[in-house]
Amino acid sequence: MNEAAANAHLARSVGSREANNPSSPVAEFGGDQPLRLDAGVDLGPFRIAYNTYGTLNADKTNAVLLCHALTMDHYAASPSPTTGKPGWWSSLVGEGKPIDTSKFFVICSNVIGGCLGSTGPATIDPRTGEPYGLDLPVVTIPDMVRAQKMLVERLGIDTLFAVIGGSMGGMQVLQWAVSYPDKVFAAVPIATGSRHSAQNIAFHEVGRQAVMADPDWCNGRYFSEGKRPVKGLAVARMTAHVTYLSEIALHRKFGRNLQDRDRFGFGFEADFQIESYLRHQGSSFVDRFDANSYLYLTRAMDYFDIAAEHDGLLANAFKGSKTRFCVVSFSSDWLFPTAESRTIVHALNAAAASVSFVEVETDKGHDAFLLEEPDFYRAVDGFISSAARARGLAQ
Amino acid sequence: MTIAETATATTASVAAPNAARVDLDIIADLVKPGSRVLDVGCGDGSLLQLLERRRGVDGRGVEISQAGVNDCVARGLSVIQGDADRDLVHYPDQSFDYVILSQTIQATRNPKAVLSELLRIGHRAIVSFPNFGHLSIRSSLMFFGRMPQTKNLPHTWYDTPNIHFCTIKDFIVLAREMGAQVEDAQAINATGQKMAMSMPWAFWNLFGQQAVFVLKR
Repeated sequence: MNEAAANAHLARSVGSREANNPSSPVAEFGGDQPLRLDAGVDLGPFRIAYNTYGTLNADKTNAVLLCHALTMDHYAASPSPTTGKPGWWSSLVGEGKPIDTSKFFVICSNVIGGCLGSTGPATIDPRTGEPYGLDLPVVTIPDMVRAQKMLVERLGIDTLFAVIGGSMGGMQVLQWAVSYPDKVFAAVPIATGSRHSAQNIAFHEVGRQAVMADPDWCNGRYFSEGKRPVKGLAVARMTAHVTYLSEIALHRKFGRNLQDRDRFGFGFEADFQIESYLRHQGSSFVDRFDANSYLYLTRAMDYFDIAAEHDGLLANAFKGSKTRFCVVSFSSDWLFPTAESRTIVHALNAAAASVSFVEVETDKGHDAFLLEEPDFYRAVDGFISSAARARGLAQ
Repeated sequence: MTIAETATATTASVAAPNAARVDLDIIADLVKPGSRVLDVGCGDGSLLQLLERRRGVDGRGVEISQAGVNDCVARGLSVIQGDADRDLVHYPDQSFDYVILSQTIQATRNPKAVLSELLRIGHRAIVSFPNFGHLSIRSSLMFFGRMPQTKNLPHTWYDTPNIHFCTIKDFIVLAREMGAQVEDAQAINATGQKMAMSMPWAFWNLFGQQAVFVLKR
């Protein structure tokens, strides 16, 4: 298949169209500026799709980088072109909001390995004219951060005022603080961990196996075969979605309520509301996300372990750090439980770093970091405001 | 909020909710400007904020109640949720100029171990506590035969978080036992006045409602 034909095919899915012809700004890096990957190879040329909100000040000291979670994108505070829904953090980011775009220049980029415009497995490989598929080297969280660093430099910014993100985005925040301690004034890792736990790797593996067990996955070459592993990806999403919620929130929302019926169907249709809900979550996900991207990004999270890179001692990673940290966890999050955040906090204490730590009381599970939780917003607001004063940014 | 208001603001600590916290002012005077301070049991951050504003310290806090932590962080203070009995081990030796334990020691499970951690982490430990040897407390037991409830210590015996009360004399004995040196000490009487340094310990122990000690190893 030539490039034009491949593009035409990709255009059938909105998500895939964004992968190759993003409607957002894009930073192109030529073959002479490759991204050095942890896998030991260079990726180049490559591309980063991003959005910005607000205005960079004259001193270039008010830049805030937002790092997105596994299945999010760079549409943090503007409507997504694939779903038309408001940005995933539009209640936190905007004029007069805790991350105030009238004060800060906010950057959000699609991660490397993603499928919304930055180079990922759905991107056309310039060497073959076909999507990379599994030919894309495996990427890691540090790779994503290295790419973001190149974007930030391309935008003419030396030091970020803040790096903020939840879940996989929180991992990137930690990695930023570890890789570039002098370039991050304040860091807000939310609902995250310094490594991916065995349980979390296990859930990811279930998701990946679901994708790969779908015959339409075609060993990752589904675009060339004119197919898409929608069933496998939907199952992966259904499993993952359960891990984002809490038992109590699920019970409150659905209980054992039946879907559009008064009695059991004595079959295997979606009798329960929760089944119907999960099926909907699965089927709507496949319209906006690429299956191979899902494999790559879950892998990146699985490989994440900061302490392992620092003689097994997390505190070593933060030694001498001048960055101000605000660690946030949510009480009912069992994917990244508070204990994971506490581990980070203890390491920061041991490194004598400046750290605040808030555990927000909520029953909304891991997903709470995307929801309007008053205590969460107050903490971010207070922390960012005081950091801005310390940075000499006009309030 | 002005400094004066901040100084008398209440904290979420175990002292009475509306008690004027004279000890906060005294502590603020004891801390050298620009130093590194860890406030253990920092409540809603009143003392930390006072220290940052009046003494320009680099302040950090530990607070057990999540509500207190959230208040502190929303006020822009570097505070973590943690337990004095459990979480001090993570701090490196001598990493702060002062570690402050304000109106908290009587609520810890193991005051001696906590005090030892303070002396390890800080060059100096500043400890303030309600004096259980105060006249009003002695008389409550003596004349009424009831566990004392005062304006500053309003809890009943069965719901008090204050499980390890001590007198000024008790505290001095403990400090001596631990080989800590008393660098400075202040007592405050029932009307919130500082008591003269020249008065003997026994006098402080009877009329001092609160005490503030500066210890070092």
